[in-house]
Amino acid sequence: MLTTLGLAAFVVYATARVFQQDHYWVGEYHYLTPFYSPCLAAQCVPEASLFGRIPVEFPPLVPYALLSLPILLLFRVTCYYYRKAYYRSIWQAPTACAVQEPHRTYTGETRPLMLGQNGHRYFFYLVVAITLINTWDMAVPFFHGTDGGFGVGLGNIIMFVNVLMLWAYTLGCHSCRHVMGGRLKSFGKHPVRYWLWSRISVLNSRHMLFGWLSIATLMTTDFYVSLMASGTITDLRLFN
Amino acid sequence: MTERTFRVWRGSGENGELTDYTVEVNEGEVVLDVLHRLQATQVPDLAVRWNCKAGKCGSCSVEINGMPRLSCMTRMSVFGPDETVTVTPMRTFPVVRDLVCDVSYNYEKAREIPAFTPDPKTSPGDFRMQQQDVERSQEFRKCIECFLCNNVCHVIRDHEENKEHFSGPRYLMRVAELEMHPEDTADRRQIAQDEFGMGYCNITKCCTEVCPEGIRITDNALIPLKERVADRKYDPLVWLGNTIGRRPKDTPIVPNTRRPAEEE
Ligand code: SF4
Ligand code: SF4
Ligand code: FES
Ligand code: FES
Repeated sequence: MLTTLGLAAFVVYATARVFQQDHYWVGEYHYLTPFYSPCLAAQCVPEASLFGRIPVEFPPLVPYALLSLPILLLFRVTCYYYRKAYYRSIWQAPTACAVQEPHRTYTGETRPLMLGQNGHRYFFYLVVAITLINTWDMAVPFFHGTDGGFGVGLGNIIMFVNVLMLWAYTLGCHSCRHVMGGRLKSFGKHPVRYWLWSRISVLNSRHMLFGWLSIATLMTTDFYVSLMASGTITDLRLFN
Repeated sequence: MTERTFRVWRGSGENGELTDYTVEVNEGEVVLDVLHRLQATQVPDLAVRWNCKAGKCGSCSVEINGMPRLSCMTRMSVFGPDETVTVTPMRTFPVVRDLVCDVSYNYEKAREIPAFTPDPKTSPGDFRMQQQDVERSQEFRKCIECFLCNNVCHVIRDHEENKEHFSGPRYLMRVAELEMHPEDTADRRQIAQDEFGMGYCNITKCCTEVCPEGIRITDNALIPLKERVADRKYDPLVWLGNTIGRRPKDTPIVPNTRRPAEEE
């Protein structure tokens, strides 16, 4: 129940924001919300598009971050944790452990439509690239303080925490654990990969926690940026 | 000493019903103690399976108030003061009588898995296993074969027809353990998906929730096995390599382990 509400809240908020095509950029401090990163449309504010723009005006309702959003969405949809969450809470297979499920037949992830779940690793690779972009987005505003140069505001801190959570979530991915060392038959022969695997395992065992935390920080970051961008509030500057 | 209502499943085969008993309960007792008192004082013919009373033999699996549990490890103090305690046999397996199930399904599934296959050129004294590798399979070795995980898994609990092609978390975990063994040379990834039904599991983790040994079945065995299956079957690069190059041999399931009716 809580899971359904949590997921629904995020989907509603994200949809509303993504299709709004506005309030995504704070020029003064170079804050860009993760929901519009990388900003690809021709109408993007030039400084906001750190990775170039496509020379096409996006019609209304087309997200400016056309490349990254579908990948991020599919990454989370095929995530082993979110799969568990929505199979249980939305699909009711099973509703809860030892509770009779309401389906007459069940084929799990063996049918063509569901086989796509096996492609989770490819979304993982792509999302690592996107998370690098988010990290860059987070770093840039540190060098755009009030008088130019280095500066820190509340926005920087929020973005930093967000990126931290994104990495904790992304690196704790089961596919990451697999490629880093899980796929090996012998740990003894590969000490470095064993070490990597054991680090990732620490994140992996808290994957659900970071899944939700990163959703929360994404929404917070976006909300804070949109409030500033729309002029509702101004950034709380801690240094310059 | 207090009195308690116990609602116990009585009967054999398909015919059975819940019967209420009022029975004495003392401090510190577990559900199995109370079942034994019932047997000693009221219903001498009550069939209960048990052995160690220490959570180590895996014999006493039942469902208590709807949750699969070991009756010897379920303390009476976990129930509310007036709560009725309902004890039923495991739902996924056929009932022999009262609380005793026929768990042969599990042994049949165990037999189908190709055993540890070391390189034929080595002999038993040759292996030197590193501690990290031992630890990995050690977790799965804690299993006491209580079959609570196979019992709770909705793939077969709610869908009898899936039993034929699904080995249950217990035996998918066994496949994973062998696949993670440094000296093993067989490749069970293809059959893990096609014969043992890895694809049926939707990683909803009920097996992990009920395991009395606290084995992280889903995270450490099932998901890693799914990833291995993806390496073998759903990775276009691997697929390309196999099509043009020499394909490593898939190990088939152990011959003659499926009953003739299931062979088709
Ligand atoms: S995680 Fe998979 S094997 Fe375990 S109970 Fe759920 S569906 Fe069954
Ligand atoms: S894995 Fe756990 S639940 Fe399953 S049979 Fe072994 S001890 Fe029992
Ligand atoms: S991101 Fe959750 S398992 Fe890969
Ligand atoms: S009697 Fe041995 S596990 Fe309960």
